[in-house]
Amino acid sequence: MNPITRRKLIYGGAAAVAGVAGLATAHRLAKRYGLIPPDGGGVYGPGETLTYACQRLLTRNTPAREFPRSMISKNPFANAVAPPNDAFKRLAAGGFKDWRLVVDGTVARPMSLSLADLKALGLDSQITEVACEEGWSYIAEWIGTPLSGVLREAGVLPQTRYIVYTSIEEGAWASIDMQDAGDPHTLLTMGMNDGDLPVGFGGPLRLRLPRQLGYKSLKYINHITATDNIRKFGKGLGGVDPEYGYSWYAGI
Amino acid sequence: MRKSSIFGGEACYSGRVPAASQAERTRTLRHPGVVRVTHWLTFIAFVALVVSGFEIVISHPRFYWGEVGNVNTKPLFAIPIPSSRDTVPTGYNYVMPDENGWSRALHFEAAWVAVIVGLVYGIFGLSSGHFRKDLIPARRDWTWRAYRDRIAKYLRRAPPDPAEERSYNVLQRTAYIVVIFVMFPVMIWTGLAMSPSFTAAFPATAALLGGRQSARTIHFFVSWLLLLFLLVHVVMVATSGFRKRMRAMITGYTQDSEEVQ
Repeated sequence: MNPITRRKLIYGGAAAVAGVAGLATAHRLAKRYGLIPPDGGGVYGPGETLTYACQRLLTRNTPAREFPRSMISKNPFANAVAPPNDAFKRLAAGGFKDWRLVVDGTVARPMSLSLADLKALGLDSQITEVACEEGWSYIAEWIGTPLSGVLREAGVLPQTRYIVYTSIEEGAWASIDMQDAGDPHTLLTMGMNDGDLPVGFGGPLRLRLPRQLGYKSLKYINHITATDNIRKFGKGLGGVDPEYGYSWYAGI
Repeated sequence: MRKSSIFGGEACYSGRVPAASQAERTRTLRHPGVVRVTHWLTFIAFVALVVSGFEIVISHPRFYWGEVGNVNTKPLFAIPIPSSRDTVPTGYNYVMPDENGWSRALHFEAAWVAVIVGLVYGIFGLSSGHFRKDLIPARRDWTWRAYRDRIAKYLRRAPPDPAEERSYNVLQRTAYIVVIFVMFPVMIWTGLAMSPSFTAAFPATAALLGGRQSARTIHFFVSWLLLLFLLVHVVMVATSGFRKRMRAMITGYTQDSEEVQ
């Protein structure tokens, strides 16, 4: 057996104390700078926190990858969606004229915007990739208005830390931090490849978030809530996906 | 005197050799503590990565080359297994349970363990001379003949040289160098090249490989190479004295009496 010498004990003890102190300090710093994600607890919390914190420190303010028009996928894959509910069918029958995006929460001017209102805020387009957590991907041109413009119109209050967005689909909601919310590529998308955004791809309104995996680009958005306390929503994990074990931060 | 007889001119852990009683005199320090701890932590992380990686793959057991690929694209190849998603055409009428939630969380947490452990090992390897003394083959072995001779020896099932009881032969050194300095870094690189956020900041990580789907395909193949390494590694340990080798990697020591086989 390995003899335990006094020197070893001292070194080992010092290393253990330094390790615990280092972890505690790291945790305090991460908390202070908002580097702990809403799902940063539990068995996988350390991994989630390391990923989110490192991505935030390393990839701050870097725009999503954009591609040349020649790389737009000829046959993009819409993925399966749940059959539309009655509310969606009614709105679809009216050509989505009555579709409204409600903006509320910690904003100075809560509002309700039609698709025409959103378009009037100014349209942007981007050629970016949808990457599904399953592994597949495609590239398309996405046309819409940046979320940041809507938040500016509504006057987001300074204490706001997360933007919660909800789909007309029962129980589908997600959230992003203010850095992703302010990213010019975070797009309230209404068009795809020079046409209206097809229903299969999330039409009439999808939040495109090209720096995260596809499941954060929620389809059929009709409600945006700014908040300073993500714990008040659902189980407090920042989305319905984390309740099923999927990372809240899906940048990886 | 004892020191040099054990380690020859290349004593690297000399201070760690107990020099006291008669009983201890027959023991040789084979693996220092850092190597043992990082070895087993890497093993645990690797098992977690393989299991969770397999779970993730079955949600889309098709592989592509280039930037994009999906069920509407012709795959480079597809693994003939059922998928955990009903949107993937596999030819099976069966959809496996979806386990991607915990699998992805475990995959990334285990990846962090592997990276942090790898950093500790790397710093130790450089600062202690472990890489230079134990992993880089001696200059005289930088010949095809050295490799041929050692392979021939394995095929004859000849007993190992006395030097091999204390350090690695040229084939072992090469295998470990390839795993540590080529395969693991490639896994990290191709893994990061699949991250939409990381590639936003560092587009070259994906572009240099030909795209995101190429990175995924390479990630898949290198994981098989690592599994192949694990298999050969375990077979070699088993055939060269399982108990002795395990004891060396757990306690750090081999016993001289056992070495004469």
